[in-house]
Amino acid sequence: MNPVSPELDRRFRDAAAREHLLDVAYDLVDTPVGTLFVAATERGLCRIAYDAEPERELDGLARAFGLRVLRSIAPIDPARRQLDEYFEGKRQRFDLAVDLALQADFNRRVLRELARVPYGEVVTYGELAARSARPRAARAVGTVMNRNPLPIVLPCHRVIGSNGKLVGYGGGLHRKEALLRLEGALL
Amino acid sequence: MTLPPFERFYDEHREEIYAFLVRRLGRDRAEDAFQETFLRALRAYSKLRHGEHLRAWAYTIASRIAIDEHRRPRADAELPELSTLDGRPAFAQLEHLADELPPTERAAVVLRYGYDLDYGEIGAALGSNATAARQAASAGIRRLRRKEGQ
Repeated sequence: MNPVSPELDRRFRDAAAREHLLDVAYDLVDTPVGTLFVAATERGLCRIAYDAEPERELDGLARAFGLRVLRSIAPIDPARRQLDEYFEGKRQRFDLAVDLALQADFNRRVLRELARVPYGEVVTYGELAARSARPRAARAVGTVMNRNPLPIVLPCHRVIGSNGKLVGYGGGLHRKEALLRLEGALL
Repeated sequence: MTLPPFERFYDEHREEIYAFLVRRLGRDRAEDAFQETFLRALRAYSKLRHGEHLRAWAYTIASRIAIDEHRRPRADAELPELSTLDGRPAFAQLEHLADELPPTERAAVVLRYGYDLDYGEIGAALGSNATAARQAASAGIRRLRRKEGQ
């Protein structure tokens, strides 16, 4: 029995991406806050998940973006590199295209505003709501943060309660704390 | 049956398709054929209407590519002989004839007489076994004969 060699497997996965045959490429990226499931369409990054169950993620991506979902290293390389640099403290801004095409208008507006919150700073949910032209929508902003498709790159960890408490985080409060500490926003 | 994400399809079938191509073409040529098989599957994947017979579908693509590879002259490989009657490859003579058969019988007939797979391989491709594959192929042939007699 000749198993498919890792080189042959890699060659096919690279070729599939190179020939633009994929709806979504994904890979796993190791970081100090755990292994991330990272996925991208041709338009940009579409999903980052903590503690992912790959099978569930694949089904979700296939429903949202199309069936041709394949693990492929090359398309995820820019994100991997920038995440590495971020966790080494060498990068403060992500320079990555993002695919928010499937987000509702309000969510997209909030996520765009979120992307402008600088490294090492925090804003409150209410403040982010105001910046998104919906000053009374702090709670709705909280929901958008909770469902943020691209945590870390879209920095929902920089959004905190008006009393200064961290409040919540999709990936668990210990991670929110770790990210803010890395950025020097927490001592 | 709904279509799975391509990753799952690839993961489930890559080893047996590769083993099949190695048997047909030898290891060197199997590598290119393997990549081409799954790239072709990827190109067609979003046009599939349901997730039935995916295994047979993968074998059909791999078989076609093995035939194409086989036609390409290469001095350095020993090639398995494929039976032909009038110079056309057997699968080309059969395919349009078998078009009207029910899917399982069609797959069994084409894989047996067009691609010269044995019943064990066909059973594996169809997700059943050698006996069921033999029955499907003979049912298909009987149906073709009846049609010819009409």
